[in-house]
Amino acid sequence: MTNALSRLLQTRDWLMADGATGTNLFNMGLSSGDAPELWNEDHPDRIKQLYQSAVDAGSDIFLTNSFGGNAARLKLHGAEKRAGELSQISAELGRDVADAAGRPVVVAGSVGPTGEIFAPMGPLTHTVAVEIFHQQAEGLKAGGADILWLETISAPEEYKAAAEAFALADMPWCGTMSFDTAGRTMMGLTSAQMVDMVEKLPNPPIAFGANCGVGASDLLRTVLSFAAQGTERPIIAKGNAGIPKYHDGHIHYDGTPDLMAEYAVLARDAGATIIGGCCGTMPEHLAAMHDALVTRPRGPRPTLEQITTALGGFSSASDGTGTDSAPARRSRRRRG
Amino acid sequence: MSDQEDDLILSELDDEELVQQMFDDLYDGMREEIEESVNILLERGWIPYDILTKALVGGMTIVGHDFRDGILFVPEVLLAANAMKGGMAILKPLLAETGAPRMGKMVIGTVKGDIHDIGKNLVSMMMEGAGFEVVDLGINNAVEAYLEALETEQPDILGMSALLTTTMPYMKVVIDTLIEQGKRDDYIVLVGGAPLNEEFGKAIGADAYCRDAAVAVETAKDFIARKHNQLSA
Repeated sequence: MTNALSRLLQTRDWLMADGATGTNLFNMGLSSGDAPELWNEDHPDRIKQLYQSAVDAGSDIFLTNSFGGNAARLKLHGAEKRAGELSQISAELGRDVADAAGRPVVVAGSVGPTGEIFAPMGPLTHTVAVEIFHQQAEGLKAGGADILWLETISAPEEYKAAAEAFALADMPWCGTMSFDTAGRTMMGLTSAQMVDMVEKLPNPPIAFGANCGVGASDLLRTVLSFAAQGTERPIIAKGNAGIPKYHDGHIHYDGTPDLMAEYAVLARDAGATIIGGCCGTMPEHLAAMHDALVTRPRGPRPTLEQITTALGGFSSASDGTGTDSAPARRSRRRRG
Repeated sequence: MSDQEDDLILSELDDEELVQQMFDDLYDGMREEIEESVNILLERGWIPYDILTKALVGGMTIVGHDFRDGILFVPEVLLAANAMKGGMAILKPLLAETGAPRMGKMVIGTVKGDIHDIGKNLVSMMMEGAGFEVVDLGINNAVEAYLEALETEQPDILGMSALLTTTMPYMKVVIDTLIEQGKRDDYIVLVGGAPLNEEFGKAIGADAYCRDAAVAVETAKDFIARKHNQLSA
């Protein structure tokens, strides 16, 4: 237990992670289409300001500005050769902010998806994926990240490839997936299947869970399903602040700080240990979440009805787990 | 789901059974079987357009509905689309020769700054599966790339995709440019991408937001039908 996150988890029964990166940077002037990771070099002051805003709102963990910092994603900006370097800077800036916080704050090196589909359906092979993730992992490690933080993954193959890469970099890690399609990931993985996959990894994450997706209610249903599998591993909840709306040329998420405070408390009651936000979660949301987590008592595990009453309806009738699972697929090929 | 010996002889099925079998084989993503069945129907004198609409499009419609309903997911749909492509590769030159009616044409691409193409690829495949001609511009398209393609391809539909909060607003840049140049009404503009919703589609001036590839196909058919009605009115 030599890493900063495991140490915190030994003394606390909940931790708060950070909020949005993209939405915040957008509000600081990032243009549509530009790579946020290039700002690590061009506007280090703004990146530090982003990290600092999470720390000031009470976050125990913040993610580095390196979500799209792998070679597959940076290729778009002609910066694929700089994956390690830009990731390193993102972590160095994080180190500066965390070390000056005056309390233990975890710098989590963000690792997002490659954006490619795995073979045989797509072009990405396991070997190449491991290589891409390993390169970024080494950069984040060199920059002083305490742990690595895989997020918004849809394909189990990609989650496993990243885990293997993090083992090569000898780094502890956390990893979340995005459950945005009828309660499953885009590739059809259920929350129960994710728990199963995580426990079978040779180097399982310190904590696992869900991020992004389609709103707070769905995310909490996923957390309930994780918990129902009986896992002892800490669960992460990092949901979006509502639904994106378009106002005067920029995107605004409609979830209020009050709603996110409600979400944070329900997430903890549902079984999550690490609670944060994703897209649209601004410092004011984080402050409200932190306040609620500190001041409000724990309650019993919420029911699905209590979740929808507090936060709104689900995007699909079922999440593919339990007895109430989705309709069966058509019978396979008739033979003979 | 049995793995028993495959003693199903496609050529021994009558037309109706064979078409049903093709629905199943598309569903299961069996490309070679689909290619074989298309060739059998051609030998039996089916016109290419009927094979496309009755067998392939019919089968892909089932796939689309189960995708929409959360029964099939991306990997299965990609396999089905791959099987469909196998059949289409045989039919495409024949369709052109026989002057078969066109469903419509779409230019599609992911907007500037966004390299996500999974959703866009699904839409392309399902649109082709529904008989549309699709010109795929790939990822990271600036407004100029869209305009150039619209000029050279003369499509009925422009499709734009974005997956990131940071790239979604670029769709409006493209639509605003079309308005400035007086070309907006020449095309049906459909937008899609995980973070979007109907309200966003309206706010930026698109004709419709499509939640997923299956909805995109239904919406495209709907708009094309309306366009034809207007022309004949």
